[in-house]
Amino acid sequence: MVTSSFDYYAPTSVADALALLDQHGDDAKLLAGGHSLIPLMKTRLAEPAVLIDLGKISTLSYINEQDGGLAIGAMTTYSEIAGSELVQSNAPVLAEASGQVADNQIRNRGTIGGSLSHSDPAGDLPAVALALGAQLTTSSSGAHRTISADDFFVDLLTTALEPNEILSEIVIPALPAGTGTAYAKFANKASHYAVVGVAAVVTVGSDGTCQSARIGITGAGPKATRATGTESDLVGSNLDDSAVRAAASHAGDGIDFNEDVHASGEYRAHLISVYAARAIRAAVENAS
Amino acid sequence: MAQEITLTVNGATHTNQVEPRLLLADYLRSVLDLTGTHVGCDTSNCGACTVSLNGDAVKSCTVFAVQADGADVTTLEGLASDDGTLHPIQEGFWEKHGLQCGFCTPGMIMSSLDLLSKNPNPTEAEIREGLTGNLCRCTGYHNIVLAVQFAAEKMNSGS
Repeated sequence: MVTSSFDYYAPTSVADALALLDQHGDDAKLLAGGHSLIPLMKTRLAEPAVLIDLGKISTLSYINEQDGGLAIGAMTTYSEIAGSELVQSNAPVLAEASGQVADNQIRNRGTIGGSLSHSDPAGDLPAVALALGAQLTTSSSGAHRTISADDFFVDLLTTALEPNEILSEIVIPALPAGTGTAYAKFANKASHYAVVGVAAVVTVGSDGTCQSARIGITGAGPKATRATGTESDLVGSNLDDSAVRAAASHAGDGIDFNEDVHASGEYRAHLISVYAARAIRAAVENAS
Repeated sequence: MAQEITLTVNGATHTNQVEPRLLLADYLRSVLDLTGTHVGCDTSNCGACTVSLNGDAVKSCTVFAVQADGADVTTLEGLASDDGTLHPIQEGFWEKHGLQCGFCTPGMIMSSLDLLSKNPNPTEAEIREGLTGNLCRCTGYHNIVLAVQFAAEKMNSGS
C-alpha cells in the first residue's frame, strides 16, 4: 500500500522539531515509532502533508532513575523499557506491559511517547501511565508543561497535547514501600491489542490492609481510564479474595463500552471485572 | 520530492534518491533488487518483511526508507557467507525442514536472528513467543521451532 505524498523532515534536536511544528502547523504530524501512524497513512485514514520524524533526536531516548522513580524519554522503545532492569525495579508494571505489546519487531520500533500521544483505546501504556500516576512533560517553543496522566487522555485518539507541543518525557514517581504492581490483559490473538487490559498498583500495609490503589483500564471504552470505584473499595480492605472480587466488580463502572468484531460491550463488561481481579491479586502478591 | 538517503545494506553502501513515502521493504525489493525480503500482509502483522535495522528486527513494510537513512540494514541475502555457506539459522531451516511453502521463511529467519542475538539459549516457549510477530499460514510452526533450536545449538557450539 502506498501512502499519500508528504514532505519529510528528520530534525536532530527538539528545538528544530518544534520550529518545524510551528512552521507547518496542522499540516504536520510527528512520527515516532510509526507503528500506529504509518498503517493509518497506508489506509489513507491519515494524510499528513508533512512528517516530522523524531527518530533522529537522540536526546529523547533514555531511561534515568529520578527521585526513586523514573524519567523516560518519549522516544524510548517498548523493547528498551521491557528489558531495562531499572524499569523492572522502579516501575515493574511498565516493563511487564511493554513486554506484552504486539510482537518483538513492533516493540523494537514502537515508543512510549508514541503510545501515550496516540491514545489508542486498546493501547497498553495509557492504562499503565494512569496506574503509576505518571507526569507527562511536553515541550513547545520556549516553554515546557507538565500534564498529569489523569488529565492527559481526553477521548478516543485525543489527548491534552496542543498542536504545537511534543511529548518529551514521562516521569514516574517512586512507589511507596509495600507496593506491588501488575498488568493483566485479554489480548487479541492476532494483534495483541488489549480487548481489555488492567494495570494495578497496590500498596499493602504491614497489617495486610490496602493503603492505596490505582487501577488503570484500557480496551474497554473510548479511552484509558481509572477505575476509581474499584480503587476506593480496595483502600482499607483486607485484600482477601472476596474483597478483591467485590472491588473488581466495579472496574467497569461509568465506562461506555466499546462494541466491535473482537468483543461485544457485554462481554467487555464481564472481562473487565475478571481481569481487574487478576491484576489486583497479582499486584498484591508482588507487594510481598 | 525525492530525498537522498545513504545506508548500508548487507555491508554495501547505497546512495539513492527516494520519495519519502517509499517503504523500506519496497526500497529493498524494487530499488536494490533484494527480493528475499517478502511483503505478505503489508499491514505490520505477518512479519514476512522482517529485516535487521541497526541490529533490531523490524517490519520493513512499516518503516519508510528515509527513516533508515544512515542505518545499517541486514536482509536475508546478507546472512550466508560469500562462498555460499549457509548461516546456522538458514542451515537449521534446511535441516529441520522449517518451511512448507517458504513465503514466511525470510521473515522467520530474520526474527530468529534477532532472538538468538539477544537470547542465545531460548526455551521452546521463548522461541514461540519470540516469533509471534511472524505468521506461517501453512501452520508449520513445529519444525520452525526445531530449526531455531538447531541453530542455537550450532551457534553456541561455535562450529
